[in-house]
Amino acid sequence: MICHRGQGGATSVEEAHNSTDAWEEPLLPARYLEASCGQCHLNALAGTPKLNQGRTILAAYGCSRCHNITQPDGSKVVATDDPPSLTQIAEKTTREWIYAWIKNPQGYSSTATMPNFQLSDDDARDISAFLIAQSTQPATGQKSAASTDAKPTVADAATLYGESFCASCHAVQNAAGTLVGGNFGPELTRIGTKARHEWMLRWLHNPADYDLETRMPHYRFTQAQIEALAGFLEQKTDPDFLANVHLSAATPDQVAHGQKLVTEYGCASCHDIKGVKKPENFAPDLSRVGSRQLAQILFKPGLEHNLPAYIAAKVSEPRSFGPSLKMPVPNLSPAQVEAATIALLAQTDRAYSLPASLRVPAIRQTSYEPAGQAGKLIRDLRCFSCHQINGRGGDMAPDLTSEGSSVQGPWLESFLRNPNTLRPALIRRMPKFNLSDAEVKTLSSYIMTVYQTPEFDQDSGSEIVDFASVERGRQLFYSKYACQSCHIADFKTDKGYIGPALAEVGSRLTSTWILHYLKDPQKLRPGTLEPDQHISDEDARDLTAFLSTLKAKKLEARR
Amino acid sequence: MIRYQSFFALMLLAFLPTSCTRGKGVKSVEKAAYGSALVEVSGSKQAASVGSALDQPLIVQVNDDKSTAAANVAVHFAGPAEVRFNPSVALSDSSGQASTTVSMGNSPGRYRIEPWIQDRNGKKIGLPMDEIALGYEQVLGREIAKRYCNRCHDQESTAERVSNYDNLKTKPHALSDGDTLNKMTDDELVSIIAHGGPALNRSAEMPAYGYTLSKAEIQAVLSFMRAVSDPPYQSKGVVYAQK
Repeated sequence: MICHRGQGGATSVEEAHNSTDAWEEPLLPARYLEASCGQCHLNALAGTPKLNQGRTILAAYGCSRCHNITQPDGSKVVATDDPPSLTQIAEKTTREWIYAWIKNPQGYSSTATMPNFQLSDDDARDISAFLIAQSTQPATGQKSAASTDAKPTVADAATLYGESFCASCHAVQNAAGTLVGGNFGPELTRIGTKARHEWMLRWLHNPADYDLETRMPHYRFTQAQIEALAGFLEQKTDPDFLANVHLSAATPDQVAHGQKLVTEYGCASCHDIKGVKKPENFAPDLSRVGSRQLAQILFKPGLEHNLPAYIAAKVSEPRSFGPSLKMPVPNLSPAQVEAATIALLAQTDRAYSLPASLRVPAIRQTSYEPAGQAGKLIRDLRCFSCHQINGRGGDMAPDLTSEGSSVQGPWLESFLRNPNTLRPALIRRMPKFNLSDAEVKTLSSYIMTVYQTPEFDQDSGSEIVDFASVERGRQLFYSKYACQSCHIADFKTDKGYIGPALAEVGSRLTSTWILHYLKDPQKLRPGTLEPDQHISDEDARDLTAFLSTLKAKKLEARR
Repeated sequence: MIRYQSFFALMLLAFLPTSCTRGKGVKSVEKAAYGSALVEVSGSKQAASVGSALDQPLIVQVNDDKSTAAANVAVHFAGPAEVRFNPSVALSDSSGQASTTVSMGNSPGRYRIEPWIQDRNGKKIGLPMDEIALGYEQVLGREIAKRYCNRCHDQESTAERVSNYDNLKTKPHALSDGDTLNKMTDDELVSIIAHGGPALNRSAEMPAYGYTLSKAEIQAVLSFMRAVSDPPYQSKGVVYAQK
């Protein structure tokens, strides 16, 4: 009953497994079965990829901004998308762009998480009029002091775009029409059609100056770099996107009607908008949607008469249930719809009635805040967007909770100055923030002192190693453990690039860390791909001795 | 549920003749919409968990007797009762292609499906192919393989995961490489995963995962490999006595 649902005991196979229109709770179809696991397991389980994906979708597509979804343990699903504030939208873009965007967000960016409200031309006209009217206006007549001398070329700007690893977060469509780059920030294929020049300069100077809550870090670009990058991005235009948009000046009636529509559609659930209050309980509560009574549901013609089919249809084509419904159409593939349906089916009455001792709670983000001057820098550089520290932050980049125990100070400083060295095969890499010397010192000394692992004592592993030990370690590296299939110890001979290159590891990691890591990788870095090979103490010592001899020439010269 | 499916099929069949005639009416220059050959474009031998849709659509192409693409031919997608097609009948487009989303049945295993068309004389031309439904353990195995195995064992690189295949001296076998893996016993495969290549006198480039993965996880990977094996793996079953 808990795992497969169903009507309970029966005396024939048909009675147990089949269904009629009248059955309240037939057996759960196999494709939705993972929903049952989710009744007790509120965390991500290895065996339930679709349930995990579905829960991520509920958060990442902002479902929980309109719908309350409370988990049986009392915690709420928190949206992880990043809808911008619209109180300064007129400074950023034009009314024409807003019009085209709200009519079809996916026409601008195929991966946009903003759902499609299927607005009529008139409604889109009025909403765009209101959004411009409620916003602060761009400063007029004030020309930015353009430095005409020594302007970098477009080629330089493209290099700067590459070096800054904008592609770690932002995607751009290539000539073949495929998206290249991350999906953490908005797609930039048509950014030139959207952004105003003055806004672009201001944004590249410091994004937080425009949007305090942004996830984009504060790059320390020079004025010349900012202008070059802005020029480069502004060339990414799509004249077709605004080709059919012709708006005449907005009338007060249109603005008023736009405000009414914005209120009715609940735009303020996601966006800050002047003059519209954030609505509460805007959409039906989904905390127990997996136990909804069929008698309370209005099925549309042709729909299978059961709950999973109803939820899937509501998620994929909400407007087909009636012309007056407000729920927008989310940008989900059929597989994503199935995953979201599974996550919603897990929200049952039974899940609430189970004793708390049977529940496996979800792992929630902590509210960790780093302290002092370094903490300020960590926030300014938005380290938490990609890195996790003490249970807070993203999963795009390595967890830094014990970074201070693993790396050496001089290496960390040089890495912060120019992160362009580790893992050359990765697309998502750490950007160069152009930090000042003082900033580098502040950050690295904080990381080295504070982010220590409790697993071992830093001074415990510094034993004297002899040449024989190093030689034996080299043998072990290349023959017994064949580390070179994943790691590069010597760029001339080794090619493996699953793990980080180890050619300069003797200057990067402390020998104590290497020793302990070799013996039990998962203990120091939970979830690492490095297989735990139960390396003996002797082998680990010799491997450490060998790896510690792989020094970076540049760093050693500076010492 | 079954009643509704047949209802849909009836609806589609009722709708089909009208759409065919309409197609003919508009493009009167084209010959009558018949094909004489059906070839696969993409989409066979995919795996999805039981009851779920395959990731990629199944695409077939209809050719006429001159081996050029034939448009507006009705392609019927048929298979075991549990397998669902959306749509179950599709008209080939201007490049002769028809596509459908296939959802697997409720028990793990291979499903023989058969898209078919009718030629000029009303003769049925079919194109049988296999799709794979993965059970729970096999889905678990697929997830583990994605994380730990595919980086070397899958030659294809994606934007998110660059394949390490080319960097290895001893080339790993694809997990679906039945020609090689079907000859190995379950015990041998478990041993090589748990203890690494040297356990079977093979390359040390295959590391030991016995302390990283649990026994159940290794079993799941094995189960997944057997499920997607091409050619299919035939279990010997329990052997009670050797001849």
